[in-house]
Amino acid sequence: MAGPRHISVSEASRPVLPRHAKLKYDETRKVWVILAPERVLAPDEIAVEVLQLCNGERNVGDVSDQLAAKYAAPRGAILADVIVMLQDLADKGFLTEAREKTL
Amino acid sequence: MSDVLGNPVIPTDASDSLAVLEKQRSTAETFGIPLAVLLEITHRCPLQCPYCSNPVELDRSAKELTTEEWKKVLSELAEIGVLQVHFSGGEPTARKDLVELVKHASDAGLYTNLITSAVLLTRERLSALADAGLCHVQISFQGTEEGLADRVGGYKNGHRKKLEVAKWTRELDLPLTVNAVMHRQNLHQLPDIIQMSVDLDADRLEVANVQYYGWALKNRAALMPTVAQLEECTRIVEEARERLKGTLSIDYVVPDYYALRPKKCMGGWGRQFFNISPAGKVLPCHAAESITGLDFESVRSNHSIAWIWQNSDAFNRYRGTGWMKEPCKTCEFREIDFGGCRCQAFALTGDAANTDPACALSPLHEAIFKQAEREAEGETNRFLYRNFAGGTLESENGA
Repeated sequence: MAGPRHISVSEASRPVLPRHAKLKYDETRKVWVILAPERVLAPDEIAVEVLQLCNGERNVGDVSDQLAAKYAAPRGAILADVIVMLQDLADKGFLTEAREKTL
Repeated sequence: MSDVLGNPVIPTDASDSLAVLEKQRSTAETFGIPLAVLLEITHRCPLQCPYCSNPVELDRSAKELTTEEWKKVLSELAEIGVLQVHFSGGEPTARKDLVELVKHASDAGLYTNLITSAVLLTRERLSALADAGLCHVQISFQGTEEGLADRVGGYKNGHRKKLEVAKWTRELDLPLTVNAVMHRQNLHQLPDIIQMSVDLDADRLEVANVQYYGWALKNRAALMPTVAQLEECTRIVEEARERLKGTLSIDYVVPDYYALRPKKCMGGWGRQFFNISPAGKVLPCHAAESITGLDFESVRSNHSIAWIWQNSDAFNRYRGTGWMKEPCKTCEFREIDFGGCRCQAFALTGDAANTDPACALSPLHEAIFKQAEREAEGETNRFLYRNFAGGTLESENGA
């Protein structure tokens, strides 16, 4: 049976794009895209930057730290924005969380 | 290449950080290269669904493009800016070279979908497809229990096999879409289909009511739902969408006979979609060959695919709004729905340039709506099965 799929993004989550959602630079249209089943999403610049940092090892807090430092912006506001964006992606089914290795 | 391809795609609403990428819709003349292309790599199929979207005149296997020809097509599609390809049919797994083609597409940077009936797949072959880079699997279901599902597909033990392949799909960590084609004889199973999709750990469910061209038009009297069935269907889908948010996403296609406004078929002829037939014809929609009097260019011609898309007569014939007659010509919705579906207009009125009768503004709308209602009363449930022989009528006792 299927386990619970729904992901709730928090500061401690370590999100990553699942294998069926591919972040790619579209050379023809000169835009970043996320390729997903039957859909092509157009992430904005910030979303692209967040997703490039989401490698399944960094947690959402780490990602926000990096962005706060880079843009000299308040971490709290960035964290809130990052969570909203990632939760939106999760609700659309295009985000997963790194699993603990249980070998 | 970008000069040849017209305007670039522009992301929609800038306030949405994850907008769905679509063509700019503000003018009728925008037709950049489509984001996704449907490849009907064969018309061969072990199933015989009476609503098959393939043309009634099927391409025989001898006419199919070769492996090398399909590879060339895939490379060309990637080069001109197509991002996704759907391997479909017929039954795409009936091609022995499917793994090779998926690998070639993946290597070219294309996102690959498999649209399959699943009955020919083994676990080894599915695993090989996953290794070749397959990104997504879409399996058709004809119902939720063997009796009805196998009867609709005209294929014994098909349903059981589909369930098995769906399970393997998730075990291999491939995303799964359940494609449920709905009609009068299976709409009562919709709640079970939704639950089945959740149980199969599917990511998406397509609840696609039959669209009545080709084979489905021949079977309309056996398939047309009642208005009451459709209203119930819509209610069930809406309830499930809310309940399963974040677990199962549900796409919903209603049959247009009972609508007042026609669908924006294919997003408008030649605006954002083309498909390639088994024999290599580049088509504005998978039913387009049903319109007689149009010549469709082939990838076997000496034209590039981009040229065919931009310049061929078949694509330009119904592109934009210049071809329209009244009532479309002066209609305020002409750039919203582009007069509906050309294939349906042709099938029901004999002229593809007429308004699609699904539109309430068509002089034929009322008559067609009434006819659909009469047929939905269910005088006959017998199917005409889809095959290369032009169809075989189901026997009286349903075999």
